[in-house]
Amino acid sequence: MLKNRIIPCLDVKNGRVVKGINFVDLKDAGDPVEQAKIYSDGGADEICFLDITASNENRDTIYDVVEKTSKKCFVPLTVGGGVRSVEDIKKLLNCGADKVSINTAAVENSKVVLDSSKKFGSQCIVVAIDAKKNGDKWEVFTHGGRNNSGIDALEYAEQMEKNGAGELLVTSMDRDGTQVGYDIDLMSKISSKVNIPVIASGGVGNLDHLVDGIKLGKASAVLAASIFHYGKHSVKEAKDYLDSKGIPVRI
Amino acid sequence: MNVTIVDYKSGNISSVINSFKEVAKDKVSIEVTSDLNKIKSSDKVVLPGQGSFKSCVDALNKIKGLVDTLNEFAINNKKPLLGICVGLQMFADVGYEETETKGLGWISGKVSKIDNQNGEYKLPHIGWNQINIVKDSKIFKDIENNSHMYFVHSYEFVPNDKKVISATTDYSSNIVCSVEKENIFGTQFHPEKSDRIGLKIIDNFINL
Repeated sequence: MLKNRIIPCLDVKNGRVVKGINFVDLKDAGDPVEQAKIYSDGGADEICFLDITASNENRDTIYDVVEKTSKKCFVPLTVGGGVRSVEDIKKLLNCGADKVSINTAAVENSKVVLDSSKKFGSQCIVVAIDAKKNGDKWEVFTHGGRNNSGIDALEYAEQMEKNGAGELLVTSMDRDGTQVGYDIDLMSKISSKVNIPVIASGGVGNLDHLVDGIKLGKASAVLAASIFHYGKHSVKEAKDYLDSKGIPVRI
Repeated sequence: MNVTIVDYKSGNISSVINSFKEVAKDKVSIEVTSDLNKIKSSDKVVLPGQGSFKSCVDALNKIKGLVDTLNEFAINNKKPLLGICVGLQMFADVGYEETETKGLGWISGKVSKIDNQNGEYKLPHIGWNQINIVKDSKIFKDIENNSHMYFVHSYEFVPNDKKVISATTDYSSNIVCSVEKENIFGTQFHPEKSDRIGLKIIDNFINL
């Protein structure tokens, strides 16, 4: 039976982890490679890096991070943030990323998704959708949540599936950072609309939220950042908890 | 000993390279190349594969003499070869992804789309699934039955002779996820992304 995945996400800025796990035995709390290794050793089903480097001159730092991590972690590695072109995707894959998530570029030019999935295969193309509720629908935002594209998130999800996305990483901007739980309504609506797996993101504050994301939100995988930071919960605790609630996980 | 990972310019093989190098350490040399002479002289060959069946077959055919060299290696000389994901699928006679495409024909059978039962099962089949070992395979030494492996695929290999099947996985139906026919081995899952247990499979292949 296929297991639901737990994906810890690390925000990386200029090659360094922002926030992070902060375990006492960490030699270097800001080292993304070391943190990713702790997650994979702890049973993470995948690792996600979100590059939030703002300036262009430091953009290349992520390639070095990906290269080093992929030599130490032997679970899938997804990298997103600032991915603009097929060339960017190629570079990340060559450095050892297994999947690349595309956000703004997919909205501005859906050909990037089409071309890259043709070139590298759908299995490595994740389209990240940042959605915010407006009345009874959700709209897709770009540029790290700063710009409203006005595009309907459900229609967009369907379109991205057609364009060759292998998975959708759906983040509720209303919930992101609030720790009150995923936007279940958004997750389940998108998941029912498409036939590709949906990764739920944004709003996790406790382990029950992970359960809800899968049971109610119908997500195939759950992504979380802050509940794993500062050792609040380990990946193993999360998995044991999901298991106790009858959710199939890899233990 | 040397192991060659065939680099035929299709898809992303960094993870395969990293995992083999991790397992091999300094004991075994890992070569990444499409050089025909190097492939001929290697002890073992790994055939990775990402993207569609058609794109992989096309990429193999683009390198002049590569298919002949692989045939000589695996069929005539019967040296060990491991196909991963689409690398395994290409063992078949024919694949139906994008359009009907002829495979290597090493293990008689076809590659067709997984039956998603009218959308009940999401495709691609992505994530960790358990393998059901149905036959002793040399690459499964010290691998427990029901171990979790990482999968990413929408198409499945359906061999005519069921005796080649060494493991299946349950997703919509019993999908063939590992084969062994004499010197030819294949996994539909990605040992290079399946954590320590996957590295053990790579280790087993290297130590054949």
